[in-house]
Amino acid sequence: MDGGNLPRARNGLRGQIMMSLAHGGTQSMAALAAWIPLQPPTASKIAGEVDELYYFLTAVTLFFTALIFGFIFYFMIKYRRRSEDQRAEQIHGNVLLEVVWTIIPTIICAGIFIWASYLYVRNARPPANSTEIFVIGKQWMWHIQHPEGPREIDALHIPVGQAVKLTMTSQDVIHGFFVPAFRMKKSVVPGMYNSIWFKPDKVGTFHLFCTEYCGAGHSKMIGWVYVMKPADYAAWLAGQMRDQSMAQEGRLLFNRLGCATCHVANDTGTAPSLVGIYGKPEKLRDGSTRVVDETLLRQAIIEPNSILLPHYSPIMPTFKGQVTEEQILQLMAYIKSLGAEERTSTK
Amino acid sequence: MSTAVAELPTAPSESRVNYLNASYGIKSWLLTTDHKRIALLYLVSITFMFVVGGVAATLMRIQLIEPTGAIVEPEVYNKLFSIHGIVMVFFFLVPSIPAVMGNFLIPMMIGARDVAFPKLNLLSWYLYITGSLCMLYAIAAGGVDTGWTFYPPYSSTYSHTHVIAAVTGVFIAGFSSILTGLNFIVTIHKMRAPGMTWFRMPLFLWSMYATSVIFILGTPVIAITLFLMALERLFHVGIFDPAVGGDPLLFQHLFWFYSHPAVYIMILPGMGVISELIPCFARKKIFGYKIVAYSSMAIAVLSFLVWGHHMFVTGQSIYTGLIFSVLSFAVAIPSAIKVFNWTATLYKGSISYNAPMLYALGFIGLFTMGGLTGLFLASLATDVHLNGTYFIVAHFHYIMVGGAVMAYLGGIHYWWPKITGRLYPDAWARFAALIIFVGFNLTFFPQFMLGYLGMPRRYAVYPPEFQVLNVMSSAGATILGVGYVIPLIYLIWSIKYGPIAGPNPWGATGLEWQTPSPPPTENFEEMPVVTEEPYNYPGTEVPVRG
Repeated sequence: MDGGNLPRARNGLRGQIMMSLAHGGTQSMAALAAWIPLQPPTASKIAGEVDELYYFLTAVTLFFTALIFGFIFYFMIKYRRRSEDQRAEQIHGNVLLEVVWTIIPTIICAGIFIWASYLYVRNARPPANSTEIFVIGKQWMWHIQHPEGPREIDALHIPVGQAVKLTMTSQDVIHGFFVPAFRMKKSVVPGMYNSIWFKPDKVGTFHLFCTEYCGAGHSKMIGWVYVMKPADYAAWLAGQMRDQSMAQEGRLLFNRLGCATCHVANDTGTAPSLVGIYGKPEKLRDGSTRVVDETLLRQAIIEPNSILLPHYSPIMPTFKGQVTEEQILQLMAYIKSLGAEERTSTK
Repeated sequence: MSTAVAELPTAPSESRVNYLNASYGIKSWLLTTDHKRIALLYLVSITFMFVVGGVAATLMRIQLIEPTGAIVEPEVYNKLFSIHGIVMVFFFLVPSIPAVMGNFLIPMMIGARDVAFPKLNLLSWYLYITGSLCMLYAIAAGGVDTGWTFYPPYSSTYSHTHVIAAVTGVFIAGFSSILTGLNFIVTIHKMRAPGMTWFRMPLFLWSMYATSVIFILGTPVIAITLFLMALERLFHVGIFDPAVGGDPLLFQHLFWFYSHPAVYIMILPGMGVISELIPCFARKKIFGYKIVAYSSMAIAVLSFLVWGHHMFVTGQSIYTGLIFSVLSFAVAIPSAIKVFNWTATLYKGSISYNAPMLYALGFIGLFTMGGLTGLFLASLATDVHLNGTYFIVAHFHYIMVGGAVMAYLGGIHYWWPKITGRLYPDAWARFAALIIFVGFNLTFFPQFMLGYLGMPRRYAVYPPEFQVLNVMSSAGATILGVGYVIPLIYLIWSIKYGPIAGPNPWGATGLEWQTPSPPPTENFEEMPVVTEEPYNYPGTEVPVRG
């Protein structure tokens, strides 16, 4: 795969046109753009929207920089000291001017804030029909786990036109998951789940970078995102099917670690049944209520005694250090599937 | 124009007793309580640290000429950027203007004999030196590779370098900042000469006052944070490392609670210097004195409320992000107001272009660009793309180098005749200012473009499509480096061979110019009495409007 040149080639025309417009350039500008890349590849609708804001901000920056430089040069020449006894006209200030140049930047800043926040809030939550894929950062590689089973390292294959939600955590230090083509980034923090999502609208190969310094191999913790046509993606997925699905792996683990001894489907009073538990509110011994989500399940596995339930004694041992982050995700996939089975059977 | 300086009246002789020749010997310097001598002790020590940080930066820019890394392994590169960041932030920029110019000028500008606590002032320098030695030990023993941000759990658990020595150095140097801030606040409150009311103070003093407030309120937080991180590293107590029950994001909140205000510790004094230089070389009252003074205080207060904008992509809630975003825009306003007021001060002035003025004008331009590119990072949607890339690196270098270092050099050139009693060759100085301006832009402008393209910071090797811009940046750094060496040469030359400066070579207002150069140990032969506003340059008067 000749990945190195792909993004640059894609960068081509649109980047050149945008930048030529922005800078009022001509052909020489386009020639320059072929030599110096000016715009990262754009592979999602959100990326285009972020770029619009970016170019607006660039225009604001250029305008005010030109304004200040313009005034400075004009005053520098007009009011240069021509003779030693040339005196300045002493002006203490001007309240009206102060008000004007306080209000105008405030209005511009307010406008930018609203624009940027609107984009951010609207794009913060993934659509309900997103495909969920799991990411584990580890010094110094990206482990990708597809729910259907396939695992990848430093590569992420996804279908074009389908929203993808990544649920991410780290096995060791803080990493940063960044795909410039999607204008999307999030820290990958040990001990918690962060998620991002994107909906690629272009087939191609795009850079994946680690953006949070993580040690010796930080700059080599890079990979590729392969956005494929749906048919190609299905073929790729089928070709990768030597692994079992995450839920199946999780079931084997559930039995091997002995979870199944206590957490049986029909609650016997030793431990709560896990069937259908995911996504439901659970009342804790201290009277508070928490929804059973990924964070709570992870906590229950790693530090079971930190979550006390009213009718069960705290006898569960900790699995800290005995399960990898990947295995925790597999256990979760299994627990989630228990919920799904129950829901389908009750219908 | 260049000869104007030389034509000014010169002091009759050097035989007069001044703070430099009042006593001799190494002991008379190391045990001095004279604020001017302590300022010189700082000047020498922070210049040394600047060279250390500069060498690291030079090696980094050489490394990045090649996508595969031109000279060193990634492990070494990681140490280089860590040393560069820690040394430049904690051992150069934070003490630079306050410890050198603040120490030298605050008592002189308010008409006092010394700072309020001269012995404490000397202790501050010893703390700074002790901290610096710890850091130099960390470097000599093999370096530190955490970045200047010391994020756990990498710093607390995974790094195998000399993290404890480095944070001990920063911890100790922090007390130097706290004591300096304390000293300045008391001095400004209690030791002003008769008639020196708050609104007759030069704006440099307002900026030093605002900086001192941040020193006192912010520095203890970084000290506690680094102390907890060291505890975590030594004893795994479970504060920041999730493997033992800690929260790594807690560290980031605490770290930025200091380190964002620290940005203003570095830039506010620079703004103060610029507010002195512009009126002097435009021979004009500053435009909107009170607004410029109040905006320093507004910046000091708001600076404590924006730390979360460093953490937009860490998994903060949406609402937290929105609040920090709006506050970050708010802190931009007082800075913008200052820029407009400086520019307006030039209007109808009588402007000369000696070297300090060139630095001041360069500051306004570069600070404007640095400030405006900050809007990209206060905006949530664009920050998600630009955070952690070279865009950030370019942005804060426009503020820290284009802003703070330009102001520092401008101030050194402006007060050098007062400090040493000698003039330097103005033509060389103007040439160096120009070289620095050009070299700076060529170094850091390409980094904005690299950041937008997606190149992450702290990369020892990088994909080949980023090479052209990196080579441009390294070429600019070469020019910038030359620009920094030239002043070092002619300033040292001037100490022995420069023409005698006389008390007031620039024809400036301000009490520090009404005493001989170099000043006597007691600063003023008799207690000055202040009867007028600052920047009271001769000229046609226009009444206040509006």
